[in-house]
Amino acid sequence: MQKIYERVIAGDAPGVKVLVQQAVAEGVPPPEIISRYLIPAMTEVGARFERQEFYVPEMLIAARAMQTGLGVLKPLLVEGELKTAGQVVVGTVKGDLHDIGKNLVCMMLEGAGFEVTDLGVDVGPEKFVRTVRERKPDILGMSALLTTTMPAMRSTIEALVEAGLRDKVKVLVGGAPLTAAYANQIGADGYAPDAASAVRKAKESLGVE
Amino acid sequence: MRTLLEGGAKKVTIDCGGPFVLIGERINPSGRRRLAESLAEGEMSLVRQEALAQVEAGAHIIDVNVSTAEVAEEEILPLAVQTVAEAVEVPISIDTANHKALRAALAVCPGKPLVNSVTGEKTSLEAVLPLVKEYGCAAIGLCIDEEGIPKGAGRRLEIGEKIVAAAEAYGIPPEDLIIDPLAMTVGVDHTAGMVTLEAIRLIRMNLGVNIALGGSNISFGLPERSLINRSFLAMAIAAGLTCAIVDPLDVEIRKVIATCDLLMGRDEYALRFLERSRRGW
Repeated sequence: MQKIYERVIAGDAPGVKVLVQQAVAEGVPPPEIISRYLIPAMTEVGARFERQEFYVPEMLIAARAMQTGLGVLKPLLVEGELKTAGQVVVGTVKGDLHDIGKNLVCMMLEGAGFEVTDLGVDVGPEKFVRTVRERKPDILGMSALLTTTMPAMRSTIEALVEAGLRDKVKVLVGGAPLTAAYANQIGADGYAPDAASAVRKAKESLGVE
Repeated sequence: MRTLLEGGAKKVTIDCGGPFVLIGERINPSGRRRLAESLAEGEMSLVRQEALAQVEAGAHIIDVNVSTAEVAEEEILPLAVQTVAEAVEVPISIDTANHKALRAALAVCPGKPLVNSVTGEKTSLEAVLPLVKEYGCAAIGLCIDEEGIPKGAGRRLEIGEKIVAAAEAYGIPPEDLIIDPLAMTVGVDHTAGMVTLEAIRLIRMNLGVNIALGGSNISFGLPERSLINRSFLAMAIAAGLTCAIVDPLDVEIRKVIATCDLLMGRDEYALRFLERSRRGW
């Protein structure tokens, strides 16, 4: 079982698949495999990224390995058996095509047990609002890499207010030019500087451990 | 094909057969807190300093970007352009996505500057190309359209062709366009370098225009960024790149560019290489 943890960190998707299948065959409950081995492995991956021991490609293959393990287990989960950490909608704002950071955030959130809807890039306020209305997520995450597109975050928050949805969702923002001060100014609920701390911030905003 | 640019007193030609042209990137508040803070206060001494330092180090053109959240670009960009124009004589590259700021900066920029940039998106072509025509300047065209950055080299060429054609419709000759095929990071897609190199080759073969790249996107998310950046720069130069937006204060970049000029047959008797090497690049 410890091998599952190690192989996720190593980004070994085929290895994880075989080991997870073995664990299932040996009678280990799927939710336990997820919460005791897959999720903690991704937490460690995030920690190594924060310490700059891991780089972007290593994050990508670790996330892929974890997703492969999850792929084996999801069909085996009984309805409602796995408690998700929360529902998150994520996107890069209007006029901005940068997606690497956003993608890493999505992967890390999924790695921590959140259910993530990724709206992609160049997402306008109307689309964010519509999605919040339809999917009722716990958290809305917005990313911007250009100072010229940051104002779109404020517009989106204002659009949420106008739609009467602002208090229904926690808004977290991030991206290289962002600061906690800016997040405050525009009325966001929180800011995180990278994908690993985004997970912590997401949990914090929901009052979860 | 030759692209001619002018500053207050210096002319610069970008051309496949000529020495590689270095566009100095340092006047950009992204990741430079002191500069960002001084721009927010309308304080230009750092801008002046960076312009002087880059030209001293060998930059042929100075890129000017003042984009930060706290700055009114329409006010600060022309101020920064004027500051650079007063400090140095080389051509200026006006770097903004804000069309009002672009017009304001063009109005005060001497000579024949470079507009950085126009994209293949309809809104960009329609807003920027008329300004390029009106002010008689040159422009960098990015291979992006309404669908974003294409994954394949062929599609990037297509957008480059679209930009050149749109410019010609405005009466702007291809000499006044420099196409930038963009480089995505190999940290996410290991084929990203090959795509850009192929795009450069296709643009050179099919359009024959000058070609530009930003110097550091290719290595995002990886260690040894400087090593990756300068290796890629050398490969891109061999493929047909004629100018790049880089940090001229980085001696390793200067060394690679001088070496590439030599290796590309642009430095008879290696005289420039020898001179640069003697004075420490």
